[in-house]
Amino acid sequence: MSDDSDTRPPPPAAAGARAPRSGHRAQQARREFIRTAVLSCGMIGAGLLGFLPVVQAGEKRLRPPGALDESDFLSSCIKCGQCVQVCPVQAIHLGDITDGFGIGVPFIAAREQACDFSCDAVQCILACPTGALTYHKPDFLPVRDGAPLAHAPTLKAKAQDPEPTINLTERIGLARLARPEACLAMQGKGFQGPARGPAFKGEMRYMDVDRWKPIPVADHPYERDLCDLCVTECPIADAIRLEPEPSADGTRRARPVVQEQCVGCGVCEMICPAEPVAIVVDARKTWEGEA
Amino acid sequence: MKGRFLDQLRIMLGRAPAKPEHISEAAQEIHRMKRMTKADFEAMKQHVRDHQLEKHTWRNRRWAVLIFANLLFTFSFWLDIQMLEGALTASRFVGFHLIDLNSALQVMLAHKHIIVNLFIGTATVFLLWVALGGRTFCSWICPYHLVAELFEKLHLRLVEKKWVSDHTFHRGARTVFWVIFSLLAVVTGYTVFETLSPTGILSRALIYGPSLALGWVALLLVFEVVYSRRAWCRYVCPIGLTYGMVGTLSPVRVVYDLRQCFHEGDCRKVCLVPHVLDMVIKGRSPEVKVPVGPDCTRCGLCVDTCPSGALKFEVKGLNELL
Repeated sequence: MSDDSDTRPPPPAAAGARAPRSGHRAQQARREFIRTAVLSCGMIGAGLLGFLPVVQAGEKRLRPPGALDESDFLSSCIKCGQCVQVCPVQAIHLGDITDGFGIGVPFIAAREQACDFSCDAVQCILACPTGALTYHKPDFLPVRDGAPLAHAPTLKAKAQDPEPTINLTERIGLARLARPEACLAMQGKGFQGPARGPAFKGEMRYMDVDRWKPIPVADHPYERDLCDLCVTECPIADAIRLEPEPSADGTRRARPVVQEQCVGCGVCEMICPAEPVAIVVDARKTWEGEA
Repeated sequence: MKGRFLDQLRIMLGRAPAKPEHISEAAQEIHRMKRMTKADFEAMKQHVRDHQLEKHTWRNRRWAVLIFANLLFTFSFWLDIQMLEGALTASRFVGFHLIDLNSALQVMLAHKHIIVNLFIGTATVFLLWVALGGRTFCSWICPYHLVAELFEKLHLRLVEKKWVSDHTFHRGARTVFWVIFSLLAVVTGYTVFETLSPTGILSRALIYGPSLALGWVALLLVFEVVYSRRAWCRYVCPIGLTYGMVGTLSPVRVVYDLRQCFHEGDCRKVCLVPHVLDMVIKGRSPEVKVPVGPDCTRCGLCVDTCPSGALKFEVKGLNELL
């Protein structure tokens, strides 16, 4: 129970045993060194494994509004989730260890819950402590062609307010009619009932219900002769419109056409009643002129 | 004492503690007396042992603070009381930015740009931990510390049964990790360490729900139980070294009093960082009173365990004032 070996001279018996003991010590030190080297390589290796999902990222994730370009976003995000906490519709989730360096980094799964800007002020940007989500990019960061919005997007919900726009300078993605054949409007079909079925958990803010309290989409059934949900539910003015589509049999058909003001929030993807979904948001896609 | 300060820094970075070159007159006097009155000394030691009370005062306080702080994060989100929003890596306490120093360092090195809020949060936390003791963060706040502390008991029980043994690593590894993870952040432009950090993973899991990343934390714990005692905190975690650096400036520390010490070594057995308690070995204390070095996490286990009150918490300056 005592640590007091230092002050006394070693007992005579130990003196003779000194040489083998030091050999033993040297061996221990050697083993410790090897263990430590293995540990170091193992830990650094484990850390660098985080590269794999980043390099492989075939499926790009939609980031919250105001996100920097992907690699800058991953480096500047401090993985705290304050953006998650302020979102009124819980659209933001954090990446897991399977995302490698994207662990703890926020993303939006638009089909399940899109950002409908029901906070009005893009609260997630306001909450971000590191500028990974930002209203204005610092000058030294590059701006990709087609990423900036032509002008500040007007929020339909705020159209009557003195300041109807939201503070967003770049798009986070771009909507695309990925499966025209699945689109109800393209088939000339209407839609009745809850957009995504009664079990869908996604929420949206409806101005005619309550400006400050989003409700489940399932609680807000629609009735349309010709489906136009992606256009009417889009929170941004002039981001998508319906164009008449010629048809052989003379029935009324229409095609949703994405406009330059599309910010890529994903509401159209969430609300689209077609299964599989007809319109999707491509994360970080830029505007290259009307398709 | 200036030499000792640098010495303590070197020991924190990985050097093994050595016998002090200079031992003050007063300390030498006590060392001599302890040898001269050996029988009396042993008798006194036995007396103290016999009357030792098992106490967990500081451990209980610490666990209460640690659990409270982490639950404050959780409930701020769940109950939307907005006291402490965010996670341990970065948060807002009633609106004030708080940013973990190591996470901030990683982000600054990877992103190479510092916005005002990041700077404010980092500076606030820096001052906070200078005031509170640096590695105090580890033992009083870090959720992994608590989990690892519980699994350490399991490890020690298995060691006692001789089912496993503790394999040590060179403590300098942590310094190497600190440098390598910093360099990786600069070179790759990614916060590589955050992918591995059990502190961040556990903190986020407590707030935002379980994740697959908990599997990594479980692996670390298994490694610590079957192979190496408290391996992550002792040999790897750069967060500990970052806060250790901050702790060099801190007035909050444990102070050792040679006069009260019977050199039983119980404190070194419970300590996460026993190299900071080298002076408790008989004959090694260079002074009558010696503050414990910056690598100390101020967990208070030694204070609780010392049967004769030779180790006590002290706030430099405050004690002289009172």
